[in-house]
Amino acid sequence: MQILSLSSLTKTFGGLVAVAGVSCGVERGAVVGLIGPNGAGKTTVFNLITGSIKPDDGHIFFSGHSIRGLRPHRIVALGIARTFQTIRLFQGLSALENVLSGCHCRMRSGLVASLLRLPGQRREERLVIERAMEELDFVGLTGLWKATAGSLPYGDQRRLEIARALATEPKLLILDEPAGGMNEQETLELRELIKLIRKRDITVLLIEHDMGFVMSVCDQVLVMENGILIAQGSPQEIQNNPKVIEAYLGLDDDD
Amino acid sequence: MYDLNFFLQQLSNGLTRGSIYALIALGYTMVYGVMKLINFAHGELFTLGAYFGYTILVTLGLAGSLGPPMAIGLSMIMVLGLVALAGHLLERVAYRPLRHSDRLAAVVSALGASIFLQNAIMLKWGAQYRAFGADLLPNVVFHIRNFNLPLVRLLVFVAAIVVMAILHLFIHRTRLGLAIRASAIDQGAAKLMGIDVRKVIALVFIIGPALGGLAGLLVGLYYGQINYNMGQIYGLKAFTAAIIGGIGNITGAMVGGLLLGLLEAMGEGYVSVAWKDALTFVVLIMILVFRPTGLLPERVAEKL
Amino acid sequence: MTQNNGPPNGPPASAPAKDLARGPALNQTNQVNHLANNLANNLAPELNGSKTNPILAILTGLGLLIFAFLPMILAALVGRSTPYWLDVINTVGLYTILALSLNVILGHAGMFHMGHAAFFAIGAYSTAILNLTYGWSIMATMPVAALAAGLVALILAWPIIHLRGDYLLIVTIGIVEIVRIALTNNIFGLTGGSNGLVGIARPSLFGFRITSPKHFFYFIWIVVGLTFLLFHWLENSRFGRALKFIKEDTVAAENMGVNTSRYKLMAFVVGAAWAGLAGTIFASRMRTISPESFVFSESVLLFTIVILGGKGSQKGVLLGSFLVIGLPEFFRGFEDKRLLVFGAALVVMMIFRPQGLLPSKQARYKLPPAWADRLAHLPKPEANGSNGPGPQNSVAPKKGP
Repeated sequence: MQILSLSSLTKTFGGLVAVAGVSCGVERGAVVGLIGPNGAGKTTVFNLITGSIKPDDGHIFFSGHSIRGLRPHRIVALGIARTFQTIRLFQGLSALENVLSGCHCRMRSGLVASLLRLPGQRREERLVIERAMEELDFVGLTGLWKATAGSLPYGDQRRLEIARALATEPKLLILDEPAGGMNEQETLELRELIKLIRKRDITVLLIEHDMGFVMSVCDQVLVMENGILIAQGSPQEIQNNPKVIEAYLGLDDDD
Repeated sequence: MYDLNFFLQQLSNGLTRGSIYALIALGYTMVYGVMKLINFAHGELFTLGAYFGYTILVTLGLAGSLGPPMAIGLSMIMVLGLVALAGHLLERVAYRPLRHSDRLAAVVSALGASIFLQNAIMLKWGAQYRAFGADLLPNVVFHIRNFNLPLVRLLVFVAAIVVMAILHLFIHRTRLGLAIRASAIDQGAAKLMGIDVRKVIALVFIIGPALGGLAGLLVGLYYGQINYNMGQIYGLKAFTAAIIGGIGNITGAMVGGLLLGLLEAMGEGYVSVAWKDALTFVVLIMILVFRPTGLLPERVAEKL
Repeated sequence: MTQNNGPPNGPPASAPAKDLARGPALNQTNQVNHLANNLANNLAPELNGSKTNPILAILTGLGLLIFAFLPMILAALVGRSTPYWLDVINTVGLYTILALSLNVILGHAGMFHMGHAAFFAIGAYSTAILNLTYGWSIMATMPVAALAAGLVALILAWPIIHLRGDYLLIVTIGIVEIVRIALTNNIFGLTGGSNGLVGIARPSLFGFRITSPKHFFYFIWIVVGLTFLLFHWLENSRFGRALKFIKEDTVAAENMGVNTSRYKLMAFVVGAAWAGLAGTIFASRMRTISPESFVFSESVLLFTIVILGGKGSQKGVLLGSFLVIGLPEFFRGFEDKRLLVFGAALVVMMIFRPQGLLPSKQARYKLPPAWADRLAHLPKPEANGSNGPGPQNSVAPKKGP
């Protein structure tokens, strides 16, 4: 069953076509890689799915519901969480608070309960801190719960972003270059982490430039070039696809 | 009463008033464009210009000794220079140390500078209104059929327009002007292109205040009297004009100023004198609701 | 840091922990950094929980006690001018309430709002009109005043809440001007024009009429305390955190599931409603209100109190109120130079302390006992997952308990 499906998704920026009629689907429980040269429109697709920008045309279905035109926070509530290509943590806040931001949409305490610190609100606070700590632990940052996000090393910031996204209890997790800027060791650990995420029955869609990483971690790979989806299939199929080799792998000889 | 003459009267009044707003708005918009800072003290620099003009023309009696045309010309030049100096000092003392800190800190520093200057002016020149004197300019009124156009109105308008035209040429035809425009669009890139952004900031803090100061002098000439706290309301209106025109946009400030002047004169003439200022702000809010970055958008090549 | 259950063999210093934590992501530094972090976690239980430094607690308690008896203490110290000084302190209190309410909008949510006097005015006029025209008792008008201010804020802020920083600033200035002009022009024939409204009643609580400066001292400062407490709770809740996220990075907040525009609007309405409530107190204290009390410069004053105190920090706001409103009273002798000095002081303060006097600190969270316990026993080298080479867990992170 497809958890996410895009049909003829199109977005132009002032005459420049960023995404041109992309149609594809993501199977539930899969780890799917979205690859393509710089400027292929990958991040734009992510931004369209998460509601950060509105498509000019086309449809986005998530778990069978159209989510086109919904604002980002609504889409998060429906079960899609993301990380950013350039890390967008709340730099001045602690690691724990960053994760708590993900918990926000699963909490219920409103203004009055917060203002008067009603018993239900206090109970919820206790539970949610526990929840957040679990996610911190899941990504291996338990001991750093109090550290200011901005003070963490790069790799830890990436993990913290994932913990924050996981705290929203997503069905689909979208990672924008999660291994970007990581060293080999960290990339290795990230791969393990994604496997663990998958065990939690969370579908993963990720953009990544590290081909080795994509090929080892993904079940399915989508390839974009100039806003168009040029190929999709298993890592093997993609590696042998002449179109892909020409368009992408041929250019990037360091992979 | 609401005939063509009345309309023309309001129109000419509005244009003149608007040209003054435009002059002040230029200072806000230039500084904002380059520094992303609302110079709250700009209104006080405007007031300072009015008082410098008052001192030169009335207290020192330059008008009496040189004759009005020479005296006014000379006072304009002196006001330009003096207020430019004041603006430069202001930048060095109140803003330069804060260039890299939080934006709100700079806002409060600007508010502090504004309060300081306003009170300094009050202590120096007194809290009461100061009159420029009726004999300063010959009380000439041009009659075109039934429409009356006082000389002073024409003079103020022409002076403001000429100065703005010169500024426009400077911004668009000189290397320094280009540097200002480039810094406004992207400071980082400007720096990489070898532009000394500090110099540019210093420059806009000379040109902007000079124009504001000149506007102060023109207000003194036009309305005949000045007050130590007039900078607050003029500053607010001019800043509104800058926002309406799209802050950071030089042409926008001129257009915004003229529009605001017209709006006010028409509001005063056809709606209500008591509510004209409210009308100004209602229009401002309406414009921002529908065009969140002003009429001439902030991010265009034309931008400052 | 008074109690010490820290690890027996840890390096002695915990003070450099913070400095190191900000250091560059160098491997060497990281290890130390993480060690230090663990250490900090273990060292001081008061940082983990709600317990505070006992000395500080005693001092605060003592301060509060002295403050509670201030009218008597003042009477002993300054005798006849007690009412005058109480009035000054009451004014400080009123501004504290107002600044705390502005702090929700400006300090917590980070919205540049320079028109707070407008909502203060709406509250004050609501009370005055209901009292004078319809004979309501003052305390009965209080919720209505808050509601009216909140409602007007809701209607006005709805279309403008999405405006970016400085645009919002100018629009809120516009709002305060529109309200002032409306009041001056005797809108709906209710506001008495530029003369304002005269003869507002005194409030009475449980049959006790609040009249003298001493009564108002207790009335106002109890409200200050209440405001302090409620907004402290609000700050450290789901709602307050949402505002914090919005202030830090609105885009990220929205993408983490925070309905940013709704929360901004709610913060605005809550702040405005509270200012309306302060308006009730003001109206009944002054008994006469006029548009002059609600001009733009009042908004500027509140704005500077919040920023000067340390935006977001309630203690900072309290200190700011005392400095901005209270301190100048000591320089009455210099009457006309006071504002000159005030302006210069603002500039100097911002240059030397741009973050404000008492900037807000990292929020404290109390971990559930199980977690606190786990952290205490977390083996050091494995604590932090991957941090470059060096001693670390070679396999992937482990699942929670």
